[in-house]
Amino acid sequence: MALDWFPLWLSLRVASLATLLATAVGIAVAYLLAHRTFRGKNALDALVTLPLVLPPTVLGYYLLVLFGRDAWLGRAYEAVFGQPLVFTWQAAVVAAFFHAAPLLIKSTRAALESVDQSYERAARSLGASEFRTFFRISLPLASRGILAAIALAFAQALGDFGVTIMLAGNIPGRTQTVAVAIYDAVESDAGSVARILVIVTSIIAVAVVWLANHLAPKRVEV
Amino acid sequence: MSKSAGRGMIQVRIKKRFARTRESAPFELDVDFQSAAATTVLFGPSGSGKTMTLDSIAGFVRPDQGRILLGDAILFDAAAQVHLPAERRNCGYVFQNYALFPHMTVRGNLEFAVGAKPRLERHRRVNETVERFHLAEVAGRKPHELSGGQKQRCSIARALIVEPRLLLLDEPGQGLDATLRAELYNELRAVRANFATPMLLVTHDLAECFELADRMVALHNGRVIQAGTPAEVVERPASLEVASLFGRYCFIPAEISKLDPARHTSVLTARPEGDTELEIDGPYLPSRLRGDHVTIYADPRRLKGMPRQGRPPRNHFPAELDRVIDTPDGVRLEFRNGLRVEMPRAEFQPNAQVREWWVEVPASAIRAI
Repeated sequence: MALDWFPLWLSLRVASLATLLATAVGIAVAYLLAHRTFRGKNALDALVTLPLVLPPTVLGYYLLVLFGRDAWLGRAYEAVFGQPLVFTWQAAVVAAFFHAAPLLIKSTRAALESVDQSYERAARSLGASEFRTFFRISLPLASRGILAAIALAFAQALGDFGVTIMLAGNIPGRTQTVAVAIYDAVESDAGSVARILVIVTSIIAVAVVWLANHLAPKRVEV
Repeated sequence: MSKSAGRGMIQVRIKKRFARTRESAPFELDVDFQSAAATTVLFGPSGSGKTMTLDSIAGFVRPDQGRILLGDAILFDAAAQVHLPAERRNCGYVFQNYALFPHMTVRGNLEFAVGAKPRLERHRRVNETVERFHLAEVAGRKPHELSGGQKQRCSIARALIVEPRLLLLDEPGQGLDATLRAELYNELRAVRANFATPMLLVTHDLAECFELADRMVALHNGRVIQAGTPAEVVERPASLEVASLFGRYCFIPAEISKLDPARHTSVLTARPEGDTELEIDGPYLPSRLRGDHVTIYADPRRLKGMPRQGRPPRNHFPAELDRVIDTPDGVRLEFRNGLRVEMPRAEFQPNAQVREWWVEVPASAIRAI
């Protein structure tokens, strides 16, 4: 029987999009947490941490409620994209995003906070705006740590199971990602399919982790 | 902000409270000083609040109360809720670690500083600055490829290229070897001569203060305790607190027994630490009364030590040698009663075994607080 590679391609596509999204949102949120003081900062920090500690099914349930066709977020999505979100491959992207973003935010925040603040102060004293200081100084100096965080976020997005199955379901050929497909294969006694997908997924994960470690900041004498 | 205001006076009157934390005791910064000098030095021991003051002026730290004025510009005014962000204060800052952007070349660092200017102007300024600070050969290098002196010049150049109204320097001489430090002082003197930008510098090094300061502001425990020229402050400290900051004077508690304004003399009953009291001659002490308790102090370089024999001449304290410390200039004898004497090595050698000494405190060396 020919192996169906669709779940793997779907997962790669979903994980890439989710990582892109998580990077954009993650850097913005990490910036707020690292550089700004504002009311509700602790609440935001807690909110970001929550997905890390909640069971994925619980997170998935919340998202299902939030993006359901009766919820305002779900209706807003439908109004913009012309179709409901839940049980589509886009829902898998949202699921992977919520699975991967928290750790990315935390690591990015740590990377930003590890930048010696005298560089940022120096930039400000030279007349650079907060915005310019962030993009020309803080971000480049934290880039290795942030790239490592992005690589790990990708690996995490690739591996999401619980949130995905709650929000996107398990529709072969449409929303069945590799993690879900492996579960499905084991359930239906297709051992060889499960084995191949497991091995390929593991290889990708190992490669990404290796890349992340390679990118992780080494202490550079400056 | 107008550049035409030129060399402006800096006026600082700020308060900031820090609550007790796990690592530190509560601290209150309460400084008040002004200066129109070309180079002002904030002098004080670590933890006196001098860098905090500098950072408040730069806009990195927001004080709780008070006002900071630079020429006609209000940088901070708590009452009016004015707190200009650092990028709009136009204060150059030279960091202790230089803070050269490690991912940019020397030229890149300078270009970043003038980034907001039109292209031609930018180019001209960078080239001019590279020339003036002798950075032409290293302009294409990254900071980690520079020598200490080059980093130093680059960081000063970068701070000055934006034509700041005030140049702030945080302990610039700290951690430098003697050669680099001499280079730094020359560089800063050149800046003082060639730029209209006044400098405000923080240090805990008295020698640095004398090298650079036109005006010295002494800080202790978050407060200004005296201000003046370095010579004024060191020779006529206003309080025991100030005098003890310099770590150079010997202090002896004493009581005034006689005052003779006509002959400009006094007689003091000195009570050195853990020792018997001794009547000595002193200078006339203006605005003091007989019976006043004072602390007299003297510079150890003006005291003389000699092995004890016979009866003591006037103003000679009996003193028991505690330890001998070698210094670049000779030896420093430290006695149990707190007195210290400096003398050339050759003079000390023949008496190296002697424990019992006389220490002469000449009347002319005595000052009182």
